[in-house]
Amino acid sequence: MSTETSTDFKSYLTPFNIITGLIIIAGLIVTVIRFTGGLAAVTNLDDNYPWGIWISFDLLCGVALAAGGYTTAAACYVFGFKKYQSAVRPAVLTAFLGYVLVVLALHYDVGRPWRLPYPIFVQQGTTSLLFEVGLCVFLYLTVLFLEFLPALFEWKGWKKLREVLVKMTLVLVIFGVVLSTLHQSSLGALYTIAPSKLHPLWYSAYLPVFFFVSSIAAGLSMVIFEGTLSHKYLHRMMDSEYNRNHNDVILGFAKGCSWVLFGYFALKMIGLTYDNNWHYLATGFGVWFLVELLGFVALPAFLFAVGARDNNFPLIKWTAILTVLGIVLNRFNVSLIAFNYHLPSEDRYFPHIMEIIISVFIVTVGIVAFRFISTRMPVFFEHPDYKGQH
Amino acid sequence: MKRRSFLGLMGAAGAGLAVPAPARAGVKDFRGFLETPGVLFDGTRCIGCRKCELACNQVNNLPEPEVPFDNLEILDSRRRTDASTFTVVNKFETPNGPVYRKNQCNHCLEPACASSCFVAAFRKNTDSAVDYDDSVCVGCRYCMIACPFEIPTYEYHKVLTPRVMKCTLCGPQMRAGELRLPGCVDICPVEAMIYGPRNELINLANRRFKQFPGRYVEQIYGEHEMGGTSWMYISGTPFRQVGLREDLGTKSAPELTAGALAAVPVVVAVWPVLLGGIYAINKRKEKIAAQEQKQAVAAAVAKSKEEAEEKLATSLSKAEEAANRRVDNEVKKAVKEALAKKEEELKAADASKPDEEEGK
Repeated sequence: MSTETSTDFKSYLTPFNIITGLIIIAGLIVTVIRFTGGLAAVTNLDDNYPWGIWISFDLLCGVALAAGGYTTAAACYVFGFKKYQSAVRPAVLTAFLGYVLVVLALHYDVGRPWRLPYPIFVQQGTTSLLFEVGLCVFLYLTVLFLEFLPALFEWKGWKKLREVLVKMTLVLVIFGVVLSTLHQSSLGALYTIAPSKLHPLWYSAYLPVFFFVSSIAAGLSMVIFEGTLSHKYLHRMMDSEYNRNHNDVILGFAKGCSWVLFGYFALKMIGLTYDNNWHYLATGFGVWFLVELLGFVALPAFLFAVGARDNNFPLIKWTAILTVLGIVLNRFNVSLIAFNYHLPSEDRYFPHIMEIIISVFIVTVGIVAFRFISTRMPVFFEHPDYKGQH
Repeated sequence: MKRRSFLGLMGAAGAGLAVPAPARAGVKDFRGFLETPGVLFDGTRCIGCRKCELACNQVNNLPEPEVPFDNLEILDSRRRTDASTFTVVNKFETPNGPVYRKNQCNHCLEPACASSCFVAAFRKNTDSAVDYDDSVCVGCRYCMIACPFEIPTYEYHKVLTPRVMKCTLCGPQMRAGELRLPGCVDICPVEAMIYGPRNELINLANRRFKQFPGRYVEQIYGEHEMGGTSWMYISGTPFRQVGLREDLGTKSAPELTAGALAAVPVVVAVWPVLLGGIYAINKRKEKIAAQEQKQAVAAAVAKSKEEAEEKLATSLSKAEEAANRRVDNEVKKAVKEALAKKEEELKAADASKPDEEEGK
């Protein structure tokens, strides 16, 4: 922790800092334009496309990819996979930051961000699925914060406060799973209100189930993917306990993810059959649907199984990336590509460069925050004062 | 008295009497407020003069459009509602010549916008207007995603006070007594629109079907679409040819999301029980495993202790025996040695005796 002795300017000019610095400057400039010029100044949103990539990527993908928090916590504390203990803190931290960033992104997207607390505190639209999403995200953010606080308290050395929170772990984890189930599925259910706008291959009464189940696969894959990245760039922060369990976690999660993806594949087939949408498969959208289903669901399910059987870690890591891309593809398909499929191509939406800058900016803020926290607080290592106390 | 205003007055009267409270989304088997007012648009009468667009612009104090309302060339391009245009007339080419259709908010009986709004900013009013309250609107624009008729629009260019904009059925102006009829209905030179109680309008449409056989597609668009709308259409050409989707179905928006919402309490109630149960099973497994381990350890310890004791006992007795034997041997040896010594002494004594005698 006392590595900051040489604080001269040059030591800060690492490639990482230069790139993130540039992105953050660009993001801040666009932020100013957004809040002085309105949505029209920075987005290509229009009356046909009220939701663009800030919803598709920052909200839908952001929430799905932050699912590692509840899946890892549930695996460790509820399902009794104790050896995953060391993966819980990084996953919970990622999830917490993920949700903070989702909320941050919403401030850009909604017309009057200062009113974001209104649905909870001023007037409740309880018939809206978005109300459910909002309430659950608000509560879950609180839960994740409480789940992560022990790390902060250990860093600060506040033992008594830490004790209180650690005792609440199980309750928090179960509450977190309930809330995650609800809002992950509700994000899919948002689109059940618009059967006329979403292509039949993606529209289904099962949309909430699809979104929930695929979020589990997304969460598990993200833990594998982030674990790999952290291993590479934050290795110095990891203790032997973390490193000893790292391979166990990856193998276990690969196995679990394979099962979940097979289940998800089966569910998608049931959805296809239930609505009798087979004839659409022969159309252009049908081919695209098959690319998603076979290339980004069935294939990773199979590859995870092979990788777990052969202890093939590189294969597992690449498959995790494939799965994550598949979830991103799915969310984009539902919210943009297959949405408004009936509109002529000239009316369709493509994101403005400034929309993309904001999305990249928000991801970058997340990475910087993760690095800041995990290089200070006991995330990848057990605090010496609390060894083996979980 | 003109026919449309007669029906209009009936509609206004009906609005006051029929329903005591504003509608709430998600009511079971809701058949609509029969007596409440609506509008019937007759596509066979519309001449595409854009007077309704002009009136709408004026009564709602909307900004002046780039293309003036007397320019009819604009009808050649397909238009939709936007933040400063609550209604548009579109021209559709058909084998029997051009057909016009006016587009605006249809004021659904169970509005998708109201159902989807997470601050309940939309309300279906007793005078059939779907009202919007911009004082609570967060600007999430989910209403625009939800609306099957693609009506709500947004003021994207405004920085601090962007609003969702859409036709109000002139509800505010009529409630204030400024207008007797919606602006567009009032101005129409060919009575293409009639304002009146919804059930009366349905009867009127059916009468026209009978009166002019072969003139209409004998169906009222909006009678059942998306659970029914207050604004309805009859047409001489199939509805899809005048930009009205025929694949919307008759389910209202609240029905579409009811299943997902119904799952919420189930998850809240069942998940903790299920997860708690799984936790308890795992805990119990661990406990039993620990107990079994403890027992096994205890048994092993007892066994090895017993064995050790036995071993100790045997080796102790063996050692004792050996010690006894050694003592015996030592004693014997000592006795033997002592005897041998005695004998030697005796021998020595015997040998020295004669010398002494000789020396004397």
